[in-house]
Amino acid sequence: MQDKITNEPMLDVYIFETSQLLEQLEQTVLKCEKGTGFAVSDINEIFRIMHTIKGSSAMMMFQNISVLAHTAEDLFYFLREEKPEEVDCSFICDAVFQSIDFIKVELEKIKNGDKADGDSKEIAGSIKNILSELKANCGSVNMPIDEKRREEKPKKYYISQDRVNISQYKYAYKAVIFFEDDCELENIRAFTVIHELSGTAGEICHEPENLEDTSECIEKIQKDGFLIFFQSNESYEQIKELLENTIFLKKLELTNLGEKGHENSKDTVKAAEGISKRINDVPKEGHSSANQGIISVNVSKLDKLMDLVGEMVIAEAMVTQNPDLKGLELGNFHKAARQLKKITDELQDTVMSVRMVPLGPVFLKMQRIVRDMSKQLKKEITLQIIGEDTEVDKNIIEHISDPLMHLVRNAADHGIEPPEERLMQNKDRTGVITLEAKNAGGDVRIIVRDDGKGLKREDILKKAQSLNLLPKNPEEMEDKEVFNLLFLPGFSTKDDVSEYSGRGVGMDVVMQNIRAIGGTVTVDSKPGKGMSTTLSIPLTLAIIDGMNLRVGDSYYTIPMVSIIESLRPRERDIIIDPEGREILMIRGQSYPVLRLHRLYDVKTKITCFTEGIIVVVRQEGKLFCIFADELIGQQQVVVKSLPAYIRKMKQIKGLAGCTLLGDGSISLILDAAGLADC
Amino acid sequence: MDDAQRFIEEEEDTQKDRYLTFQIGSEVYGIEIKYVTEIIGIQPVTEIPELPAYMKGIINLRGKIIPVMDIRLRFKKAPREYNDRTCVIVIDINALSIGLIVDSVAEVLTIPEEDIVSPPDVKSGGNRFMKGIGKAGNEVKLILDCEHLLNEQEQENLINI
Repeated sequence: MQDKITNEPMLDVYIFETSQLLEQLEQTVLKCEKGTGFAVSDINEIFRIMHTIKGSSAMMMFQNISVLAHTAEDLFYFLREEKPEEVDCSFICDAVFQSIDFIKVELEKIKNGDKADGDSKEIAGSIKNILSELKANCGSVNMPIDEKRREEKPKKYYISQDRVNISQYKYAYKAVIFFEDDCELENIRAFTVIHELSGTAGEICHEPENLEDTSECIEKIQKDGFLIFFQSNESYEQIKELLENTIFLKKLELTNLGEKGHENSKDTVKAAEGISKRINDVPKEGHSSANQGIISVNVSKLDKLMDLVGEMVIAEAMVTQNPDLKGLELGNFHKAARQLKKITDELQDTVMSVRMVPLGPVFLKMQRIVRDMSKQLKKEITLQIIGEDTEVDKNIIEHISDPLMHLVRNAADHGIEPPEERLMQNKDRTGVITLEAKNAGGDVRIIVRDDGKGLKREDILKKAQSLNLLPKNPEEMEDKEVFNLLFLPGFSTKDDVSEYSGRGVGMDVVMQNIRAIGGTVTVDSKPGKGMSTTLSIPLTLAIIDGMNLRVGDSYYTIPMVSIIESLRPRERDIIIDPEGREILMIRGQSYPVLRLHRLYDVKTKITCFTEGIIVVVRQEGKLFCIFADELIGQQQVVVKSLPAYIRKMKQIKGLAGCTLLGDGSISLILDAAGLADC
Repeated sequence: MDDAQRFIEEEEDTQKDRYLTFQIGSEVYGIEIKYVTEIIGIQPVTEIPELPAYMKGIINLRGKIIPVMDIRLRFKKAPREYNDRTCVIVIDINALSIGLIVDSVAEVLTIPEEDIVSPPDVKSGGNRFMKGIGKAGNEVKLILDCEHLLNEQEQENLINI
């Protein structure tokens, strides 16, 4: 995705900022909807965000987005200023969500280099309807003088509630500004002029009043010039100087209308107050998204840093364990080497921590999904979030967002019952979906839990039977095995397909995605009580704790997390079944044996079990033995992927990547999941 | 910017028509010097299972892991013990690094474009790795088509499947 983003820095910043703002906006609106309604601060925030999006989109020439944001901004401006009493909160929220979605889609198009060609008219229209409805409702109460005009052009006039003393300025001026013919973006330049003026002048009103990015507005400025009435305490000369600084200025006509403002334009002046107020808001907003103390860094740079640190760790081992040093008494050297080791370890930890990001944002995204679904499915669902501060590697975040979404959708769609059904079962009307994250050893556990109807063993078995997916006699299967059937491709217990889930692609995609990052998925459920899905994910993909093995001249590394034990078997524990498969008995249990040298065709002298070593490995509840020549030892290894060229050539079973050992030789990292299938 | 541009052009210019030649048995091959990043002696190679025999495995090149291909086996010649003349030529094509194991590296030659002729058109596909045949003095050098060398096997793989 990164590559597709155009290199134009402005556009990058625009996309980045706008998506951040949208996320913020979504959270605010969700909060509002959950609570009793729009608090003043929320309205201000939504207004501010919409305003910023409008401005930047107009600047980047994304008409649709800017028009839509403008309409939404109008709506919230009205809410802020008029404070109407009866507002249909959820109605407005829906409209805002629609707008957010629209802008998101457009942003995605822009990101991919497509044209942002969506049509925002419909959404904008519905927002306008809300606005005019609101206005009609409260208009009778406190709508002042020129309601008629406002109805005609609802976007243009804002009447400020708090009336400032009109005649606080000494002089009134009239200015007509002509821009150079080909300067383009006249409306924005005009806006800049107003902005400049607002520092020293007040009571500004201008013609055209609406500086939207429309062709009429631009044409008008081009033809008749940009007309401004304003009042100020500054002298004629000072004002003139100020205005002459305008970029692309072609001609300026400035007239002093005399002291103490012209009464004729009082109405317009009043009308313009709102506009000038808005202008005053602008500088504050510019800083909102700049969060000091945090910088955003390109992930590829971090990856590079990570690689370098990994290499340094290896280089350090190469120096301190150099064979040339063997047998030498080097007190000072070892002291210095220890210091070096300490620093490299710390450096490694720090770099790792830089890549760690909290799960919070991913979890918060789910709120929106739950909200939309509960509306659609007419269920009452709340989402509870626990442990959103838990951090995982940046790479992993990208991989779990989709699976989580599937799980939450499943829970809302299949799990939680409609309110009536829940009441009948003595449950609370409102269903609860819990998203929980916690650290457990080297893993992060993410648990999606619902208190819905849970899984029914019989239903799953019946379905599996009809799909011919049953691996063995159902009566012999444990609950866990039955639940694992859910992860088979093409399995879905819901009969009818809904918009959200039930196509039977969900769970196996979850499984695949989680497996791809070395994690596991387990499902637990009690009928009537709900179900919980646990994702166990390694903290990081970049460095693992591994056990090094040797087979012939080759080295292999098995992740420590999948190793149960290692042992040297006795001759009599080995059984060979009629098909020639070797089975090892350990404490009365039998395990299949996988000979690494045979699997990978490595030449080695050790082929007798009693001379080598057996490593017992667990993969999702299945245990098996790996036979190797000898154990080298446990070590933290930096995972490197196999060269792209080789990956392209062939996907080698059971190999997850490679790593460098202390002496610079390469060890292949074995992947228990892949080996289990061998 | 302009300087950099000129520099690159100049550099390309100095690389133009220059070939690194190496030997496989009695034949002398040449590859365009612009692809070559370095030449190293043979190193311990970590074998990767399940790959065609000519893909010897991977080596650790100062922390970077690159695949190595035995050109001898690639051209279906009899394998030979590696000795101290055996070299790995590391080439870089489209940001893809790969090492080529050759019997020995000879020299860097300038072969002007007009001295290179296209290989004969053999239908059996025997010259798919050849870009041309270069004349230098009394000898001929076979100019390798590096990009072809790397991309060819995808097609082979497809056939195998």
